[in-house]
Amino acid sequence: MASVAFTINGQAVTLAAEPNASLLWAVREQIGLTGTKFGCGSGLCGACTLHVNGEAVRSCQTSLQSVAGKRVTTIEGLSANGDHPLQKAWIAEQTPQCGYCQSGQIMKAAELLAKTPKPTREQIVQHMDGNLCRCGAYPRIASAIERASKEG
Amino acid sequence: MTASDVTRSGLSRRAVLAGSAGLSFAFALGFDPGAGALAAGPGGRINAYVRIATDGTITIINPAAEMGQGVNTAIPLIIAEELDADWSKVKVETAPVDPVYNHPVLRTQMVVASISVRGYWMPCRMAGAQARRVLMEAAAGRWGVPLAEVSTEPSAVLHKASNRRMTYGEIAAFAQVPEKMPELKPEELKPVAQFRLLGKDVTRVDVAAKSTGRETYAIDVRVPGMLYGTLARRPVRDSGPVSFNRDEIRQMPGIVEVVALDHGVGVIGETVEAVFAARQKLKIQWKDAPGFKMNSETARAEYLAKVRDPAAKGVVGRNTGDAMGAIASAARVHTSEFTTDYVYHAQMEPHACVASVTPDGLELWAGTQWPTRTVEDAAKAAGVPAAKVKFHHLTMGGGYGRNAFVEYAVDATLLSKAVGKPVKMIQSREDDMANGRFRPMTAQRIVVALDGQGKVSGWRHRIAADTIVPYLYGQERMDAQKGVDHIVVYGADMPHYEVPNHVAEHIYEERGVRTAAWRGIGAGHNNFAIEVVLDELARMAGEDPVAYRLAILKDPRAKAVVQKASQMADFSRKRDGRALGVAFSKLGAPPIGFALIATVAEVSVDRASGKIGVHNLWMAADVGLPLQPSNIVAQLEGAAVYSLGAALKERVTIKNGLVEQSNFHDYEIMRMSEIPAMHTELIRSGDIPLPVGELSMGATLPAIANAVFALTGKTLRHAPFTPERVKQALA
Repeated sequence: MASVAFTINGQAVTLAAEPNASLLWAVREQIGLTGTKFGCGSGLCGACTLHVNGEAVRSCQTSLQSVAGKRVTTIEGLSANGDHPLQKAWIAEQTPQCGYCQSGQIMKAAELLAKTPKPTREQIVQHMDGNLCRCGAYPRIASAIERASKEG
Repeated sequence: MTASDVTRSGLSRRAVLAGSAGLSFAFALGFDPGAGALAAGPGGRINAYVRIATDGTITIINPAAEMGQGVNTAIPLIIAEELDADWSKVKVETAPVDPVYNHPVLRTQMVVASISVRGYWMPCRMAGAQARRVLMEAAAGRWGVPLAEVSTEPSAVLHKASNRRMTYGEIAAFAQVPEKMPELKPEELKPVAQFRLLGKDVTRVDVAAKSTGRETYAIDVRVPGMLYGTLARRPVRDSGPVSFNRDEIRQMPGIVEVVALDHGVGVIGETVEAVFAARQKLKIQWKDAPGFKMNSETARAEYLAKVRDPAAKGVVGRNTGDAMGAIASAARVHTSEFTTDYVYHAQMEPHACVASVTPDGLELWAGTQWPTRTVEDAAKAAGVPAAKVKFHHLTMGGGYGRNAFVEYAVDATLLSKAVGKPVKMIQSREDDMANGRFRPMTAQRIVVALDGQGKVSGWRHRIAADTIVPYLYGQERMDAQKGVDHIVVYGADMPHYEVPNHVAEHIYEERGVRTAAWRGIGAGHNNFAIEVVLDELARMAGEDPVAYRLAILKDPRAKAVVQKASQMADFSRKRDGRALGVAFSKLGAPPIGFALIATVAEVSVDRASGKIGVHNLWMAADVGLPLQPSNIVAQLEGAAVYSLGAALKERVTIKNGLVEQSNFHDYEIMRMSEIPAMHTELIRSGDIPLPVGELSMGATLPAIANAVFALTGKTLRHAPFTPERVKQALA
């Protein structure tokens, strides 16, 4: 079995990787960082969104082997104390309901703000449109992103 | 604690009855007489809901399950308000399964029908007030002053005359729990005007954890030695596996066991990937069952034929006066028909549960809307008494009615039992959908009798639909309520309208389809029909939809929400290329009270594609006493988004018993780009919090249909209003 070395939230890890191993299940079940969620397994909902080298990816569609030598960041590593501007805005806007999709939403939004610190509402909607929220918390997801972009 | 212990509590049941506006809550508050000092152990227990530790930490036990609706904050907040607790010192724990935490109306631990806050309202106020009284009595005793001279401020008792103050934590260090809890009268509860937590938008207790990935759902649980499992469940009722390729699956890499169950085939392995891969390779021959004959597209026409057929007998679900007589003697009769498709819950957390069956019993980690049933059913599956179940009750990644069915806990238990190891059972999204439980498909026919003056004199609403109650609660319950499936017929009654003679009938369609309550229950389909017919009647009367409703609504609160929503939307103002539609809806039941809503939708229609755009939704909601206003707005808007899906796109179709959709590419739910601007205002009426979580489900869909008529002159009668159907209607 091949092994794969990469960093996760700044820490080096080496995992044994079956050929069919996905990054999602490696992060959740092997490493134990369960903030990244399983929603559809087909890249259709965005609940499993995390960052690979700063890019938001669907971890259910990312093979473990493909992240060799790369930097993986999950919701747990987005900030040291849960105080990323988006996380503060998420709390201020009281965004989550069931909360299950929210890690993916925040990781997707963090990619947007990294590239476009002051997005328009249209840019927010366009960027976030692939991340589903069954509770329908979209208005507060959008307003939290706007708040984070203002308050930094 | 046992049920007999809790009945020793001194709380007068009559007091609860008197204080709850006629509700018959069979409820007694509990305390543990053996607990001794309040601070005994990790925190002394004053009653079933409150523990106070010597460091001042107040632990409040929330009896209801959190699934996004905010109950983990709202109910503890009620207790904290009456306890006069410093909210920053409050920790919330989810209750174990124990009859003391039963919902006062449902008489089991269950979260359905948006009545958690409403149901626990008075018992939790009493629990908080009793706990406060115990603390006051202890402090007064220690100071040697009369009880009447002490008061409280957040988490402290005061004796103002001598300028003395003792914190709740200090009191907990010496106070004894009395043998008999103090008896309080409802009028001794805190006046609503003095509330400092309720009505003030205290931050939800779960939001920080849900914004940082720290919230734990059942799917997140990991225990030592755990294996992974998944399940191919029979697609229809009364089927089961006849044979399957066990040997081939057993040899796949990482597979530990393949288990035949009565209702499906389980696969257990070392990784999630291994069991999902094996699941995909499973080839199962299913035992034939009636459900395999089900084809929803042809069945819908058959449902419709039933509601038209005078010989098709329905069960009378709601009845006032003599609707048939009114129709027979009507000056004019108006008839209108509607159909709605099956819809799927699509909770974002696919079913997952961790179970560990050992010789000593069962340890179970699950999120569930029905904890009592979860423990009972899982205990049965494990073959152990319920007392041997150690249950970890976790928050749910969405519920919406789906997680009142607890079969996933049974499945996880059976898989663990088969291998003698802990198993995390996860359903793939495809299986979660294939084995979904859907809101019934309906065909509906409304016949309205009008008298010589054009006034409504009678109303007959026939609903052909699958049933739910026998599968959720059992046939006994269905029989006990005389065959009335209250989930399906919900919302068909019209108590707020001037409709003197009314009947709603349910014609059963038993075709083997797995059904469930779905957010909004019957109102989601029945109120669609009712409110579209009201617009038709308005046009027949030559009146505008708002004016007509204000004339025919007899309830002042109902008139007020319609007026308010119409003002918010500036209803009479014409829009270029867009139009407005209005609908009224309700949530509740007579003993509990009704929350009311009026929704105005602003739509456009792209005639070439048939696509409806919903641009604005204005909602005016009378929710009684709003406890958490910001969260109520979130619930109303979230449920509006949920119902927009049922209005515009969501539909499950069934062919030869099999669900044709498999994931979010062919069962699309609403996206951010499709969400209208939502404008929501709350109306306070009275001092009792009314049901909220599903309130906006009934009004969204008919408001859209009525708006489309206002724009195009065509009525949409078949939900969802897919582009294809809109084009057909416009053709």
